[in-house]
Amino acid sequence: MATRQKPSVTAPPRGNRLTRREMLAGVLSAAAVAPVAGQQAIETTRQPGRGPNTLDRRSPFVTPRRDPSSTSSRTPLQDLRGTITPADLHFERHHGGVPEIDPARYELLVHGMVDRPTIFTLDSLQRFPATSRICFLECSGNLRRGGPETLPQMVCGLTSQTEWTGVLLSTVLREVGAHPDAQWFLAEGQDSAVMTRSIPMEKGLDDAMIVYAQNGDALMPGNGYPVRLLLPGWEGNASVKWLRRLELSDRPFMTREETSKYTEPLADGTVRQFSFVMDARSIITDPAYPKLLEPGWQEIRGLAWSGRGRITQVDVSTDGGRTWKAATLQAPVLPKAHVRFRLPWQWSGEAVEIMSRAIDETGYVQPTWDALSAVRGPRGYHSNPITSWTIDENGRVLFGAERLRS
Amino acid sequence: MSGQRFVALLLFGSWLSTGIGIAAQRPTRSAETLGLGRPATANEIEALNIDVMPDGTGLPAGEGRAADGAPVWAQACRSCHGPNGEGGVAAPVVGRDPSGPPTVGNYWPYATTLYDYIARAMPRMAPGTLTADQVYGLVAWILTENSIIDESAVMNAQTLPLVMMPARALFVPDDRRGGPEIR
Repeated sequence: MATRQKPSVTAPPRGNRLTRREMLAGVLSAAAVAPVAGQQAIETTRQPGRGPNTLDRRSPFVTPRRDPSSTSSRTPLQDLRGTITPADLHFERHHGGVPEIDPARYELLVHGMVDRPTIFTLDSLQRFPATSRICFLECSGNLRRGGPETLPQMVCGLTSQTEWTGVLLSTVLREVGAHPDAQWFLAEGQDSAVMTRSIPMEKGLDDAMIVYAQNGDALMPGNGYPVRLLLPGWEGNASVKWLRRLELSDRPFMTREETSKYTEPLADGTVRQFSFVMDARSIITDPAYPKLLEPGWQEIRGLAWSGRGRITQVDVSTDGGRTWKAATLQAPVLPKAHVRFRLPWQWSGEAVEIMSRAIDETGYVQPTWDALSAVRGPRGYHSNPITSWTIDENGRVLFGAERLRS
Repeated sequence: MSGQRFVALLLFGSWLSTGIGIAAQRPTRSAETLGLGRPATANEIEALNIDVMPDGTGLPAGEGRAADGAPVWAQACRSCHGPNGEGGVAAPVVGRDPSGPPTVGNYWPYATTLYDYIARAMPRMAPGTLTADQVYGLVAWILTENSIIDESAVMNAQTLPLVMMPARALFVPDDRRGGPEIR
């Protein structure tokens, strides 16, 4: 039994006194030379910890990282256990870099088919009646096929979830006097891509928001500081960041992003345009590559979401899709939001393939890659296929079905 | 219920539903405001209102032919998009083959989008620095290389909206509606 022992330190001669810190350091380094199992629980009690500070940091032993490419960085889904994405791990996707914007000089212009063309400062936007909403934001280009050694982050780390705070766009549209025959509005950013998307007024009057807070704090620069548009459930690109201008119109503007990008060729040769809503999707985040599994009790865990409303069910298969079991959904199940699903499981030690499929309140069932490929053309926007993990006899967990591997 | 009351109720109901219908449809037009923000001046709007629409709204004065665009291409675009627009570190912009990668020639539905995008976001390291004549010249060069316009054609605010793009007819609105069908 470990007992708490006081270090025996003889009083040093006068003039050569050790400070308390030096004494403790000596004791600790002695402990480090001869580590004893279970001793850490005692060691940390032998010196005071650090005092209060101005900005906390993660433990040095905890190092979740986004995975950056030249145009985006992906949320480490495999490292997270809840539904809210820490702001510094929210995915980023931008087309002209992240601008640095001085909030004191920030302005939002709202004009076009309005009675009162108006310029709002950050302060005036924050004076509007505020509202908060938890929802996911997902890039419609959120699928990367890969080899067996592919992390959940790499498969679909371009989705994150936040409690956003701001003002309903409908409130701002009322303030400027939107014309009844305005059908679309242009949202424009002040990054070097001067990002522009045309958005139907119907969405603007429904649940669109102009937001200035992310998990209660100011937006992170990569997520639009100081102000971005938020279109719950819609492809992330349309939630224009660094928002500088809204122009109301009776027709869409046909910007580059909504014509030559963010459109989907279909199997019949046509090209689908203004495909805003993110369909239901799920992924098992644990067990997933690079986990090494031991036979016995496991909890299968993952995330599911739908841009059309609430997730009603997530099915999990542990036999390659032959049979399915409904997982438990973690309450509260919010509309247009990530939900956690979990399923208890015993792994026998035999090679298996595990996968999940999400079902939303419209009755939509997340499709297989083959079902999706049958109706879609060659490009990948809005690809939400069932993804799987194979587990071999050695417990190695590897990314999915052969057909999803590149 | 008397016939008179019934008619009155009916009238009230239809008035209510009309009123509610309008309010629910367009709750945004109101003279009452919270008094937030300040009026935008014409100059302030002009400074930011750079978008160009398919009917030509927003196109500035100026013009260019393919021959005017060629030197601008060589100087500002070629290093990323290739000498002939075939692509490089950036996407190709020339190509009519429907089975090839998406380009202006086989994918872009509106010619006006070319002006809007080049003027707003290109070249990548110095966006917004090209003159209107330079942008019109580049638009003419790209459209000529894609065999969409003749090399002698002048692109300006009147002619550009009239250019019919090969891929225009391919575009269809989103028909996904949720439910069991995969589209």
